[in-house]
Amino acid sequence: MLRHQLRPAIVLTLLLCVITGVLYPGAVTAVAQLLFPRQANGSLLVGAGGKPVGSALIGQSFTRPEYFHPRPSAAGAGYDDTLSGGSNLGPTSARLDTLVTQRVDSVVADDHAMKGRIPSDMVTASGSGVDPDISPANAYLQVARVAHARGADRAAVRALVDRHVEGRQFGFFGEPRVNVLELNLDLDRSFPLPGAAAHGR
Amino acid sequence: MTTNGWLQIGFYALVLLLVTKPMGVYLMKVYDGSFRWLAPVERLLYRLGGVDPDEDQHWTRYGASMLLFSLASMLLTYLVLRLQQWLPLNPQHLPNVVARQAFETAASFTTNTNWQSYAGETTMSYFSQMTQLAFHNFASAAVGVALAIAFTRGIARHSAGRLGNFWTDLVRGTLYLFLPGSLLFALFLVQQGAIQNFAHYVTVTTVEGARQVLAMGPVASQEAIKQLGTNGGGFFNANSAHPFENPTPWTNFWQMLAIFLVPAGLTYAFGRMVKNQKHGWALWAAMFVLFMAGTATAYWAEARGNPIHEKLGVNTVASATNPGGNMEGKEVRFGIANSALFATITTDASCGAVNAMHDSFTPLGGLVPLVNIQLGEVVFGGVGAGLYGMLVMVVLTVFIAGLMVGRTPEYLGKKIQAREVQMAMLYVLVFAAAILVNSAFAVSLKAGLAGLNNAGPHGLSEILYAYSSTAANNGSAFAGLTGTTYFYNTTLGLNTLVGRFAMIVPMLALAGFLAEQKAAPESAASFPVTTPLFVILLIGVIVIVGALTFFPALSLGPIVEQLLMHAGRLF
Repeated sequence: MLRHQLRPAIVLTLLLCVITGVLYPGAVTAVAQLLFPRQANGSLLVGAGGKPVGSALIGQSFTRPEYFHPRPSAAGAGYDDTLSGGSNLGPTSARLDTLVTQRVDSVVADDHAMKGRIPSDMVTASGSGVDPDISPANAYLQVARVAHARGADRAAVRALVDRHVEGRQFGFFGEPRVNVLELNLDLDRSFPLPGAAAHGR
Repeated sequence: MTTNGWLQIGFYALVLLLVTKPMGVYLMKVYDGSFRWLAPVERLLYRLGGVDPDEDQHWTRYGASMLLFSLASMLLTYLVLRLQQWLPLNPQHLPNVVARQAFETAASFTTNTNWQSYAGETTMSYFSQMTQLAFHNFASAAVGVALAIAFTRGIARHSAGRLGNFWTDLVRGTLYLFLPGSLLFALFLVQQGAIQNFAHYVTVTTVEGARQVLAMGPVASQEAIKQLGTNGGGFFNANSAHPFENPTPWTNFWQMLAIFLVPAGLTYAFGRMVKNQKHGWALWAAMFVLFMAGTATAYWAEARGNPIHEKLGVNTVASATNPGGNMEGKEVRFGIANSALFATITTDASCGAVNAMHDSFTPLGGLVPLVNIQLGEVVFGGVGAGLYGMLVMVVLTVFIAGLMVGRTPEYLGKKIQAREVQMAMLYVLVFAAAILVNSAFAVSLKAGLAGLNNAGPHGLSEILYAYSSTAANNGSAFAGLTGTTYFYNTTLGLNTLVGRFAMIVPMLALAGFLAEQKAAPESAASFPVTTPLFVILLIGVIVIVGALTFFPALSLGPIVEQLLMHAGRLF
């Protein structure tokens, strides 16, 4: 009985492997590259110099005061897209407690945030480690620091953030958010840093 | 919790209800051979494979075909992973996968588990991802639905003992169900931002002048079948939390719907095939109640947040601009509601894809996915596996109801006697043993404890979750556990095989025994299986079987951690 079933087992393994493992992804790639080339290749964003500076969908590190900062990241040394993932620290983890304490302290020091008013996404690492977004509350909390560092008008920077707040998709799905890289690129265009050239861009 | 959060959950539930019937009708047409538009391809496959498509197989032969196919495809995957360095489409020049991990991965993907001890972006070449992992996503899903259909035939047929033809079920499920569905879904994902290419990883210089490497690959094609086939193995380590896999809230909604689409449709197809549509809807209702209970609990727990972090200064109250709650391991675009909903769905089904890290959920929020898995993933469940798992529970329910009234229990005109109940109990006991015995070993051995990322009760939860997830062929994880050791690669890999095949064989035997019986006319002794009373009794049996088996272990893990968290205790 088993011998008769051996041939279909081997042949169908190989044939289905070709259909679903080669032809199917090949067809999807061909159509996707034809219809949606920008998305299929990573939604890359181009900076001032005309070179790609990152992806609209993948967060990147910002540490300088003149930029809006993304969420903490557990991916590699931070926003390493080849090591995506979360901290996987549990709710009673002492390590997580230490990390959150440090993050709260630095947000209080840098942004004069009030304890008890710190947005929950601001001091927690995302699941992907490359979360491109922050919550609107997180962005607004950073306006004063960014405006001061750029010598820009606080209300003007705040208005820029307003424009970058993306509501729920179709007004219903998901949560409101601000894309950090897009906001910072716009920031550089709207309120250029006096020493921009010094950064090698 | 926000009004919008509840509305999003409610909308999902409504759409699920609406797609059940159309999907069920479509499934019936796939498996009764009505669809002919790929008939030439079908015929070619049968001819080359030496398959007689008209052969009606006894349950033993159906089972043997399934086992041989699984073995052949598993060996192929092992070989390819061990040789990927010398195979094409490996632009990152990734080395061969080590033996123990190749074994575990081959077992895990063959069994529809997709437990991943590796990180896709640093381990698997595009060739391995496409031709092996994505292929298994199709094949293991088609096998699962085939088995559910075979079980259904066992109940619907009389004096036969024959369950259909495994090869035609396998081929039809792949060609008419999963391939067209995945094609459309994959293109939608790309339109929203998922990537699909064979390019080198892209290196960019960031705005602040640092170097960032963006991982690339044929992601959308794999993502589509990963959800439709309730496989759950991510292209990237971060799975559906990664923006290139799940870019927007809208893709997230469809990913969640794709997980439940086939399992929900199967309840309708089942009702139609056994000529008792109301019974099909009764199963749907029992599943739905358990689904909503899990979702509400997880959402409530995650929205409440972590009191320890609240004391540190975090605002856990949601507002129009602050997500609130417990955001560790969650994405801003999905927020609390969609993360809790996704976690419930992926573990009700045997999917195991994650859009948030379950390890970082609050203890109660993390208890929901763990319990969902331990209930046997019968809440809609994996493609196929959910329905046949649920039917085993139905057999037990009817048996218990029969004992209560002191008559020989009957189910849809079939007598439930000693050998049927023996097979059903074997199914339940193999599952419980695979989880509890293995977990007990792991916590008593140094090699088991070495992999922990968290101490205290949360550590026990990590181990318990790992063996539950692999035994139930789920594949999600409390991912802090380091699974790349000899101990875990081997025991978890073996556990996926036990959890799949040692449960399928008694299930197929049960189907065969039912199919052999003559039809008994409905009588006053027949237990009505369409009433709300039946639904309540069925839920009761599912919960009691699960609770009695796993409650002691759970009370030492998530339950005690929940209490300690509120006492502010750290580990």
